[in-house]
Amino acid sequence: MEEKISNNHTMKDFKSDQEVRWCPGCGNHAVLNAVQKALAQMNIFRENYVFVSGIGCSSRFPYYINTYGFHGIHGRAAAIATGIKTANPQLSVWTITGDGDALAIGGNHFIHAIRRNVDINIILFNNEIYGLTKGQYSPTSVRGLVTKTSPFGTVEEPFSVGDLVIGARGKFFARTIDTMVTLSTDIYVEAERHRGTSVVEVLQNCVIFNDGVHDNIAGKDVRADRTIVLKHGKPMVFGKNNDKGLILDGLKIKVVRLGENNITEKDLLVHDATEPNPGIHYMLSNMKYPDYPVALGVIRSVEGRTYDADIEKQISDIQNKSRIKCMDDLLMSGSTWKIK
Amino acid sequence: MTRNSKVIKREEVVIRFSGDSGDGMQLTGTLFSDTAALTGNDLATFPDYPAEIRAPQGTVGGVSGFQVHLGHSEIQTPGDYADVLVAMNPAAIKANACWVKPGGTIIYDKDNFTEKNIIKAGYLKDPVAEEKLETYNIIPAPISSMVREALKNFGLDAKSVLRTKNMFALGMVYWLFDRKLKYTEQYFDQKFSDRPEISEANKVALRKGFYYAETIQALNPVIRIEPAAIEPGTYRNICGNVATAWGLLAAAEKARLKLFIGSYPITPATGILEELAARKDLGVISMQAEDEISGICSALGASFAGRLAVTSTSGPGMALKSEAIGLAVMAELPVVIVDVQRGGPSTGLPTKTEQADLMQALYGRHGECPLVVIAASSSGDCFHFAFEAARIALEHMTPVILLSDSLLANGSEPWKIPAMSELPEIKPPYADMNKIPFLPYERDDKTFVRNWAIPGTPGLEHRIGGLEKTIKGTVSYIPENHEYMVKTRDAKIAAVANFIPGIEVIGKYTGDLLITGWGSSGPYLRTAANELQSEGYEVSFAQFNYINPLPKNVSTIFSRFKKIAVGELNLGQFADYLRIKHPGFSYNSINKVKGMPFTIKEIKESCIKILEAK
Repeated sequence: MEEKISNNHTMKDFKSDQEVRWCPGCGNHAVLNAVQKALAQMNIFRENYVFVSGIGCSSRFPYYINTYGFHGIHGRAAAIATGIKTANPQLSVWTITGDGDALAIGGNHFIHAIRRNVDINIILFNNEIYGLTKGQYSPTSVRGLVTKTSPFGTVEEPFSVGDLVIGARGKFFARTIDTMVTLSTDIYVEAERHRGTSVVEVLQNCVIFNDGVHDNIAGKDVRADRTIVLKHGKPMVFGKNNDKGLILDGLKIKVVRLGENNITEKDLLVHDATEPNPGIHYMLSNMKYPDYPVALGVIRSVEGRTYDADIEKQISDIQNKSRIKCMDDLLMSGSTWKIK
Repeated sequence: MTRNSKVIKREEVVIRFSGDSGDGMQLTGTLFSDTAALTGNDLATFPDYPAEIRAPQGTVGGVSGFQVHLGHSEIQTPGDYADVLVAMNPAAIKANACWVKPGGTIIYDKDNFTEKNIIKAGYLKDPVAEEKLETYNIIPAPISSMVREALKNFGLDAKSVLRTKNMFALGMVYWLFDRKLKYTEQYFDQKFSDRPEISEANKVALRKGFYYAETIQALNPVIRIEPAAIEPGTYRNICGNVATAWGLLAAAEKARLKLFIGSYPITPATGILEELAARKDLGVISMQAEDEISGICSALGASFAGRLAVTSTSGPGMALKSEAIGLAVMAELPVVIVDVQRGGPSTGLPTKTEQADLMQALYGRHGECPLVVIAASSSGDCFHFAFEAARIALEHMTPVILLSDSLLANGSEPWKIPAMSELPEIKPPYADMNKIPFLPYERDDKTFVRNWAIPGTPGLEHRIGGLEKTIKGTVSYIPENHEYMVKTRDAKIAAVANFIPGIEVIGKYTGDLLITGWGSSGPYLRTAANELQSEGYEVSFAQFNYINPLPKNVSTIFSRFKKIAVGELNLGQFADYLRIKHPGFSYNSINKVKGMPFTIKEIKESCIKILEAK
């Protein structure tokens, strides 16, 4: 990454001249805000940022952010972004997608980008509904959800984003809530710092078609007791009064109260986002209310080789070894003969 | 090696190698072609193989063939009928007997003509008698037992020994045509440099075959094809897929751009991805995508990022890519889409040739979605037209579809190597860094081409995408704006006609019949036209390589001929297209959809019928 001591960018530099057309009260506004803040914090020239999206409400994002942007087609943002990053690894490439875009029509590109570990950041807006097509169920909709295309309730199990990321051997997974701007900003900065595919799931609220879908955990009054913000190296404490924690009980995670049964902070699990074995990260990302608090923050951040860097290295290694340096060399290589 | 047999000279000869898919017939044919080319003959080849990697042994469905046509004069096609057929089993006779010239030579492996194999091929007892081939020059050679005997002291297992059967047969054919063994021997030295015993075994089998043919005087007299009078220069053999890959690489060098290819393996296009993946020495960024859609989408991403972007595929993959090609048209990004056509629809005939994707290339997208379509017409000129596809894409900021086909992709021919200094520079319309703000859809007055602003360039930050935009790049649903942009995109493609050559007439400039066609049918139509001319017919030929837009001189040329024939391997798609674009003429179609190229004979017969019709 081309960096300078300070890029002197402010949030304003990342606001485009386009009118933001999301519904009033839509969670996307807060996400845009947090991303613009994060971009201004990082020492990357504005011209090196590229935002790519697919189709859906969230995919209008690139128009509202004053960087290079490519609004693609439904589900294909990860494939376009992979092309951009592989073609020019100097760029900071961000993919904006939704639960339908990334996990239904674009599921294949999503898992393969993660498998390759191409160094892009994927922000997945999860509102468990199709918004732009006006209210059909999505691959993350809870079983039984009544929508326009499931008037008697869905009969499908939803995907969990974390499952897919870890199942595809993902190295970075974080989760945040649209309205938690500070946490989100920190996570975006972490995602950019991490080399490899960084997936950030944003629990986002669609005020029109699935209003309040995350309220049982994201609501201001209940959030502290029903979510846990994981911090690398810190014990897993949560609750309004920081009086609850997580321990490993046999093969399962268990919620405990500090002080009860002589449990102290020392007994709690300490979060290690860098642990390559995904077992505990899988359990953490799968915790669901009411049995568990929903995990927020950077759940997994493991170093690994990246696709774009490995391709670049292979090219330079072969170029150093090969006797073919230009097209004329190639054209004359192998069996040739002269006619006079 | 000296010879003591009588030799006669011939102008041309056609040889077909044929056997089980596992018999190594493609390699045998390729080695024969290489030797012919290095001897200075002109030639064309036609590999013809089944879709199954190893179809059931001994069945007609599993027969793999390779035809070579070589000559002392210019050779345009792989030839209709074979002078010599090499048949490694009875099924090979069954599949090919009708393709041997009456009285031709048939060499077969006698040891493989067991009762079981004969019945498996669909014969009762005696394939030669049942095909009525008694008057042919039939050479039943005990190939399997001879290689077993020759290699008994090599310590190789039985399977490895029998794998050299094809070289024994090749040795025999070398004798028939007075060829040197050294080029093939050099190939083995190189190929098996780490396994000298395998190299030696193949060389021994090759020599034994040669001597065997001499001992039995397999052909009397032996035939010699003198070197062709070929334009001076340095030559190599090249197949269409490699030529395509190299043409794209040449364009990247002339545009001073890195080449990116995003592709998903598909027969018969895979060779392009394979060749480019191997060219990391020239800086190629290759990505084997997770599917066809990712192939084009990653290429579009690379194009947005400022690379020469390519995706290669065949018909079914084209269908999957079509939505993203629409995005490329809308975003006005340069990208080359290579469609190596095969028999369709659906999985169709994956290893056979056809020219039936023309309408798909021209019109197979939603919305008003014009782009440039060009077609290569020989294995060698895949280089030129791949270069052209990239030049037009980059200079006119548009996706370009390059049509090749199975015949060109796998066939090979001697090809005069160009010097890079002979090729034109390619100059993409980069946006001016000093002209801020950058308006993504501001255009050149004459070409209607927009400028290319590459991420990483300060001040040119902009957004493009699939939604309709104004000149500024703002999303717009205004009716007048959409109509203006649709028409402008159309005009941009039409204006490419000012940057391509006209069609050329081969033969007289006026006459009774103009035979025309596009892509790989061209050389067949041209050969038929030449023969008709020498038989006294007033017939000329014109080849189309630029399909959309069409060259500007089409009407002028067409109006000089009384009749027009359009030959193509489909049900008449190009003829229909000409009817739309140049409705003032009457078009006579010559069509074939058998997964095989035309024979010269059938083209001539059709043309004579057209000439005689009132």
